[in-house]
Amino acid sequence: MSIASSTQSTSAPDAPRGEGGRGWTAEELKQLSSTEGRKKIDPAHLWMIVPAVVLFTGLLIYPLLQGIFYTFTNYQGYGQWRFVGLTNYINLFQDDIIWQSYGFTFLYAISATVLTNVIALFLAVMLNSKIVGRNGWRGLYFLPNILPVLIVAYIFSYLFTNNLPKLGQWLGWEWLSTSLLANEQLAWLAIVFVGVWQGVAFTTIIYLAGLQTIPEEVYEASSLDGAGTWKKFTQITFPLIMGFFTINVVLSFKNSLGVFDQVVAMTNGGPGTSTQSIAFLIFKNGFQGGEYAYQTANGVVYFIILIVLSFAQLKFLQSREQI
Amino acid sequence: MSTAHVGRRLPATHDGLKVRPDRRQINWWATGLIAVLSLTILIPLYFALVTAFKTSPELAESGFALPQQFTLANFRQAWDLTDFPSRLLTSSIITVGAVVLTLLTNSMVAYALSRNLHRKSFKALYYYFLAALFIPFPIIMLPVVKETAALGIDNEAGLILIYVVYGLAFNILMYTSFLKAVPEELEESARIDGASTWTVFWKIIFPLLAPMNATVGILTALWAWNDFLLPLVILSDPGTQTLPLAQYVFQGQFNTNYPAAFASYLMAIAPMVLVYVFAQKWVISGVMRGSQR
Repeated sequence: MSIASSTQSTSAPDAPRGEGGRGWTAEELKQLSSTEGRKKIDPAHLWMIVPAVVLFTGLLIYPLLQGIFYTFTNYQGYGQWRFVGLTNYINLFQDDIIWQSYGFTFLYAISATVLTNVIALFLAVMLNSKIVGRNGWRGLYFLPNILPVLIVAYIFSYLFTNNLPKLGQWLGWEWLSTSLLANEQLAWLAIVFVGVWQGVAFTTIIYLAGLQTIPEEVYEASSLDGAGTWKKFTQITFPLIMGFFTINVVLSFKNSLGVFDQVVAMTNGGPGTSTQSIAFLIFKNGFQGGEYAYQTANGVVYFIILIVLSFAQLKFLQSREQI
Repeated sequence: MSTAHVGRRLPATHDGLKVRPDRRQINWWATGLIAVLSLTILIPLYFALVTAFKTSPELAESGFALPQQFTLANFRQAWDLTDFPSRLLTSSIITVGAVVLTLLTNSMVAYALSRNLHRKSFKALYYYFLAALFIPFPIIMLPVVKETAALGIDNEAGLILIYVVYGLAFNILMYTSFLKAVPEELEESARIDGASTWTVFWKIIFPLLAPMNATVGILTALWAWNDFLLPLVILSDPGTQTLPLAQYVFQGQFNTNYPAAFASYLMAIAPMVLVYVFAQKWVISGVMRGSQR
């Protein structure tokens, strides 16, 4: 792949031509002639794209702009509305329910991202080593990813309510002897557990894909040959799959911030309002609470935070990649 | 892992199709650890399986034990209650529709974009599409629901369309990275023979995209089949629930009849699990291929 794409980039139309007075090569001349045809856009290409642009704009960009527009009104989702300026945004910052939902969502997203990636990296290294029945294990460890989050959460919800407390009682651990889901302080842990249980599957496979791009020769050629496993991992393996680490962290974090299904299935935002994620709050109060404009404003703030964080993460992780 | 992957990183002197023998010793320590850790996946699934065959009173006292007798009563009850055949049909229509339309259209858009990326206007369009990667669904959730209701597409067709459009950003990214490696000379020689751009795309480019189509198809299928939030807010007719949505809707009606609820969960996950059992190698290599680009 890397070979193919590098030859392509030299023949790309944007590549600098005939620099340094070394004259034109045959390939460059051919490109010159093809640049003459640049002005005309193939109508077929337009027909391929235009419907997509229309639908994309209509179903994604238009609702986005419309949503942003309504955040400056007091629209309830139905009936009359009028402009209220920045009132929705100002109210957001004074709303304890909103602060609590951001608190929960970030606590969830950070814990789930860290745990998912640590566990997945470990599993990927194990699954990449020479083990008996390797393909079967890989198939099994990816299995959670093909199950609906909602159903997985229902199954665990039963286990957390009925079976885990029994284990807690048997162990004599007080915090575990009642249902985690009914515990205002600990319900988030149960949601993290289910998120990680499922998230690890996909993340592991991405890391495994990364590990397979490392040829065995790299380890044989390194001066660390014979060094300990941990040293090999930190000095050779991890730097070589840094790109996959970046993708995984950014993806896990973005997906975790949108946590919804587990909340619906396991706690419905409770106990009290302790596990209302941002997506859950927008859904619940936006549809059922008549807070259309207000919750869309919540969505806009969430969107801005997401963009800032995504770029910050990418910048930070990519700067580390270059070392 | 497919042999193509191995071949790619082997020196040219090797036979590219032959998997290099793994000269490492079998790592028994890792094998044991992986086997023990797999219990974290197997135990909850085992529990769901045995529970679905028990009676309610039996469940309360037996926990993880095997059922005294395997009864299909729970499955029959869940089948009737959720109207399983029509749930399965709805889920299948939406998944197949989303996958087929996504493959046909998203590859085409990516192709047209990638062949014009030297133009400023197309480059701008490319980033316009990619921007969608950063738009979280909750922010557009309320307006989209109003819009689909107003347009009368708050049904399966509308949901399929939404999967096709919302997948564009990610799929364009996947396809264009693949298309960069497809030399334009290939198309030019076909054009000299008088083929139109459409013929070139369907006869030459689309077949070449097969590996990427597999990856995009797998990811789209998993998304559409397992999704809960979009069907929940878009599908307005209670008669058109997807399988996951039905579990949510009937949660109250299962009441405390957990065995029937678990039977229902198992039936909902069974079709995809069956496909996966037979296609797991293909699915996993498809997902891996997507990330290695």
